[in-house]
Amino acid sequence: MDLTTFLQQLINGASLGSMYALIAIGYTMVYGVLRLINFAHGDIMMVGAFFTFMATAAGLPFTLAVLLGILGSVIVGVLTDKIAYKPLREAPKISLLITAIGISFFLENLFNVIFGGVPKAFSAPDYLTKIFHLGDVYLPITVIIIPIVTVAILSGVLWVLYRTKYGMAIRALAFDIPTVKLMGIDADRIITLVFALGSALAAVGGIFYAVSYPSIDPLMGVIVGLKAFAAAVLGGIGSVTGAVIGGFILGFTEIFVVALFPELGGYKDAFAFFFLILVLLFRPTGIMGEDLERSRF
Amino acid sequence: MLELKDLTVHYGVIAAVRGIDMKIEPNTIVTLIGSNGAGKTSTLNAIVNSVKKKGTVIFDGKDISKEPTHQIVQDGLALVPEGRRVFINLSVDENLRMGAFNNDENFERLRAEMYRLFPRLDGKKQQLAGTLSGGEQQMLAIARALMSEPKMLMLDEPSLGLAPKIVGEVFEIITELKKSITILLIEQNAFAALKIADYGYVLENGSIALEGESENLLGNDEVRKKYLGG
Repeated sequence: MDLTTFLQQLINGASLGSMYALIAIGYTMVYGVLRLINFAHGDIMMVGAFFTFMATAAGLPFTLAVLLGILGSVIVGVLTDKIAYKPLREAPKISLLITAIGISFFLENLFNVIFGGVPKAFSAPDYLTKIFHLGDVYLPITVIIIPIVTVAILSGVLWVLYRTKYGMAIRALAFDIPTVKLMGIDADRIITLVFALGSALAAVGGIFYAVSYPSIDPLMGVIVGLKAFAAAVLGGIGSVTGAVIGGFILGFTEIFVVALFPELGGYKDAFAFFFLILVLLFRPTGIMGEDLERSRF
Repeated sequence: MLELKDLTVHYGVIAAVRGIDMKIEPNTIVTLIGSNGAGKTSTLNAIVNSVKKKGTVIFDGKDISKEPTHQIVQDGLALVPEGRRVFINLSVDENLRMGAFNNDENFERLRAEMYRLFPRLDGKKQQLAGTLSGGEQQMLAIARALMSEPKMLMLDEPSLGLAPKIVGEVFEIITELKKSITILLIEQNAFAALKIADYGYVLENGSIALEGESENLLGNDEVRKKYLGG
């Protein structure tokens, strides 16, 4: 592989890894506070992409459409918690998990009924379809924008988690819900905040995905969601930094495996899960995870 | 300040607290003593509604029996839970911030006050609470509860597992607090508790077996035999 190809793939990997990282954070934060693998999270990403699609189809400017997409995801994500998960706070964790899978099927089929299963072309505005050439490196503008926006968003999330009282409450909640209530804090409001934050990030990931590939369908969240979940476990479920690291590792691996072994291209999706199995075998707590019972942000 | 009427707590078919009545006057220290399993912690958890209960709890003239835990704390009734329960993954400073979650405007002032009241914590502001000693964690747990400027503070076994010297320090601070707030103190260390309290209740198998002025309980033969080691 020459330098040009290497740079090209590095940038592609960073772009793909960004999407995984954005979605993985939602998995890891919800797991951190509720000990729930929210299997509907991948579909929340799809919801964000569809809301954005509908808004652009209605003729709204792209920026506004993106904001509506994020808002749509946040509303659906928070409602999922309020309607499906909240009544089960005291129930066994397995009930919660099965409910999450049910919500996932529900969202996929709901959107299938409304929009049909045929992939829809996602039309991004012209300024997002530009392509630059840097020597022989081929740079669609999205590939540059996605990692930059992602890093900015991630810095914002870390700032919220470590510098604001709400972030501290999220971290405290991951450790001890009853004691958080003794601080006069409405724990359910903090959990709502976690779902809102995670869903917003998933929506951004979904919109990036829609712009990059450029098509969307009601099942788009399934594989991407599963891979983001693998990234969260790889990085250490419950750790936000871990989710980001896991997301980028997965993004780079997927791109480089295809670049180095083009004949294995058809198996690229399998690599995420191959990695997941390896990690679970040798380091069940993931890269940044310290203790499964006491996950930390 | 706080009144319990016919408070009952059941865990399944087992009754932990069997219809107790208590009354706590403002600016006093009241202690609830009793052996392990007598129902002391269940009583406190029932007051703040973190376990299911029957009966009435009146705090500061308001019926709080049905209020959610966080609302009760916002009303001015704070609890330092058994086993301290500091947030071990947060720093000392962040623990104090959590205590003042609904008290933003007074946070800075109260924090300075807490470091003065608990000089042992002063040099460890940025340290994770999990790395503190047991005594320091207990002091942090009390300081954290005080950050909400409660009208009344309930302490669940603050001396548990601490060295005698530290227990002395903690009890001195509790006595100091009495000047400004009402305190309900739960202790297995009945002697130390009765010495600083104004009034005491003795809990046995979920019922109040005895109550009275602390001096009277200290002089009571039955209490001496059962709880004060002779």
